[in-house]
Amino acid sequence: MKKAIFGVLAILIMASLLVGSIGCSKESEVSALKPGTTLYVGTTTSLYQTGLWGYLEPMFEEEYNASLHVLSLGSGTAIKYGTNGDVDVLTVHDKAAEEKFISEGNGVERVPFAYNYFLIVGPEDDPAGIKDMTPEDAFKKLYDEGEGKFVSRGDSSGTHSMEKRIWAAAGYSDYDAVKSAGLAAGWYIEAGSGMEETLRKASELEAYTLTDMGTFVSYKAELSLVPIVDEGAILLNVYSVIVCTKSTTNNEAKLEMANNMVDFLTSDEIQELIGKYGVKDYGLQLFTPCFENEPTA
Amino acid sequence: MGTLWDAVVQALHLIVSLDSEVVDITWRSLRISVASTLLAALVCIPLGGLITFRSFHGKRLLINIIQTLYSLPTVCVGLLVYIFVSHAGPLGMLDLVFTPTAMVIGQMLLITPVMLGMTISALGAVDKTIKDTTLSLGASEFQAIWAIIKEARFAIVAALLLGFGRAISEVGAAMLIGGNIWRYTRVLTTAISLATTQGDFALALALGIILIGVAMIVSLAANMIQQRR
Repeated sequence: MKKAIFGVLAILIMASLLVGSIGCSKESEVSALKPGTTLYVGTTTSLYQTGLWGYLEPMFEEEYNASLHVLSLGSGTAIKYGTNGDVDVLTVHDKAAEEKFISEGNGVERVPFAYNYFLIVGPEDDPAGIKDMTPEDAFKKLYDEGEGKFVSRGDSSGTHSMEKRIWAAAGYSDYDAVKSAGLAAGWYIEAGSGMEETLRKASELEAYTLTDMGTFVSYKAELSLVPIVDEGAILLNVYSVIVCTKSTTNNEAKLEMANNMVDFLTSDEIQELIGKYGVKDYGLQLFTPCFENEPTA
Repeated sequence: MGTLWDAVVQALHLIVSLDSEVVDITWRSLRISVASTLLAALVCIPLGGLITFRSFHGKRLLINIIQTLYSLPTVCVGLLVYIFVSHAGPLGMLDLVFTPTAMVIGQMLLITPVMLGMTISALGAVDKTIKDTTLSLGASEFQAIWAIIKEARFAIVAALLLGFGRAISEVGAAMLIGGNIWRYTRVLTTAISLATTQGDFALALALGIILIGVAMIVSLAANMIQQRR
């Protein structure tokens, strides 16, 4: 009996070792089959969770014989990973942070390739009465009257940066003061999560939130939120692709593949596909292509 | 309630039809966690044997420290390993960040304390006379440790299973070290987390059912093996 158990155990251990080694060999097999370079892309959540990256990924892999690894992060995290040399290409939407990233020598060039608009969404009955105001006035009213809750991303993403910009434009240059006053008064809620999760929280809490158009349109059907403020120059949302210098400086293959990515996203064919993406499913354009034609508010 | 029911039906369908995405993620999860458990076992069993067998200054303290590390938060292990394997970190040149290999290392670090601690208590529970007898029969230290390990094999296997259960069910380290990359580092837990935020409750639930199933089978096995003792 004991021998039998021992035998079974031995077989199990052998089997799992085999499984482990298959696991290892499989990865090298994959890279053997695909001699192309592995490229890590750090992207803002909105380009990933709308499904755009999942749609583009196989096309890029096939065209350039590459293995693409896409990480869905907030723009802030993506830029941090780029600074560390852990991702090779960024697709992000935070102009100020992007320019800082490049001026510190971490990125080659900021290449805008698509845009849409941010909008403030909220419950249909609009408890704070901010419908169709300018974004700046809407934020002022939220702050002054505290009649409506506001869910913030609170994660230093591109959307969070945009929220801070609107606060500043509304005359509240000290964002931390706004945040602590709002948190104390109970109308400001810090989600600390990605865009779609933040939208879900706002929907559950009957609160307002700031969102990019693409993510809102793709999840609209599951949310009890409607557009409240969708006009204002400040709401422009531009997505750029940036080649990171840290990971590509001493790696020619990577640099070439990273440049391929920029060429790919800015090619006529892909620009057109980005413009059409989601239109069939949602009846609305999620992203407007804008290579060499960056809109300025 | 309707959504939940729909999700359950769809989830079961995804599992029964062996949906390629579900199978792929499950298979990757098992591979990574089995690898990390085996690597941890390679450290824990011999080390546990030595710690049990030898008496040295600070042994009690060492065992206390090991036991304190049982509750090591997964997300902190993830953060620490990320800092080390990041290209800006000391092990950056190994290109390990956001790879399955890094996830194996992270999970191994995570479960080593609990497996080591349980191995030590398993070996400590073996009758002292076995050690004395084997030694008096002229066995070397290695042979005596081996005899005790053999005697405690059921409890040791239970320790391995417990470690495996912790490895496969953790999300914090897998997310931070692996990055949840599709078809590369996406495992059950990180896929559940992503699918939930994307509102794909059917996929999240299907993966959840599989994860619960694996975890329950493992702890059932651990219980049965321990009762054997």
